[in-house]
Amino acid sequence: MALLGERDIVMCRQTVRKLTQQVKFSLVDQTKMITAASELSRNTVVYGGGGEMRWEIVHEGLRTGLRLAFEDKGPGIPDVDLALTDGWTSGSGMGVGLSGSRRLVNDFHIRTAVGEGTCVTVTRWK
Amino acid sequence: MERIPILRMGRALLVTIQIDLQDQVALALQDDLSSMIERTGANGVLIDISALEIVDSFVGRMLASISGIAAVLDATVVVVGMQPAVAITLVELGLSLEGVRTALNVERGMAVLAADDRNQID
Repeated sequence: MALLGERDIVMCRQTVRKLTQQVKFSLVDQTKMITAASELSRNTVVYGGGGEMRWEIVHEGLRTGLRLAFEDKGPGIPDVDLALTDGWTSGSGMGVGLSGSRRLVNDFHIRTAVGEGTCVTVTRWK
Repeated sequence: MERIPILRMGRALLVTIQIDLQDQVALALQDDLSSMIERTGANGVLIDISALEIVDSFVGRMLASISGIAAVLDATVVVVGMQPAVAITLVELGLSLEGVRTALNVERGMAVLAADDRNQID
C-alpha cells in the first residue's frame, strides 16, 4: 500500500490491525505491532517524502509471524546508529520513533543509503 | 477535517477521543482546547482515551503538550481510561508522558480535578 500522506498512516494502522488479527496475535502483541507500524509509516511519509508498505505473513518452522517493510526513496539516513538512539531527532518528533519501534518488534532491519532512500523491515512472531 | 468535540461540565472540560486520530486532528484538538480553556475559564480538562487502540509518539506528544499548555493557563489535565495494552506499549516505546496526569477512569479523573479545585480555594 502507498504511504503518501497523513491519511495513509491511519489506513496503514487499520491494515496492520486486520493482519495481526488474521495471524491471531494477542491484544498486547497487536497493539505493539500497530504502534510500530504507526511510527514507521509516519517516518516514511514525513522524513522519506512518501513511499510504500509491503506485508507478508511468514512461517518459520512452527512459528508464524507478520513482516512489514516500509520503503521510501527519500534522503536516506546518514548515521543509522545515531538515528536509533533514544531521544535523537532530526525533526520535531520526540526521538522515539525508530528506536522505540525496534523495541516493539522481534526482528528489526534497516537498509539505507544517503540520497537513495530507506527501507525498514520489522517482524513480530506470534 | 474532523474535529473532536469538547464538552463543558461545570468548571471542567471533557474530551472523549473516539476515532483513530489523524495527526492534523490531534493538532487541531490542541488548539481548540487551549482556546476553550481561555474562553470558559475551565480549571480542569478530562481527556478520555478509553476508545483509543494505540497511542503512538505523535499522540503522546500531543497529550504532553496539551498538559503543558493547560498548566500555563492554570488548568489541570487528566488523561483517563488508557487501555492496559496501550500502557504496556507506551512504556516499551519509551514514552514516559512526563507531566501528564492520568487516572484509571472518568470517575477517578473527576475526583482528581475536584481535589485540585478544593486545594485552590483553600
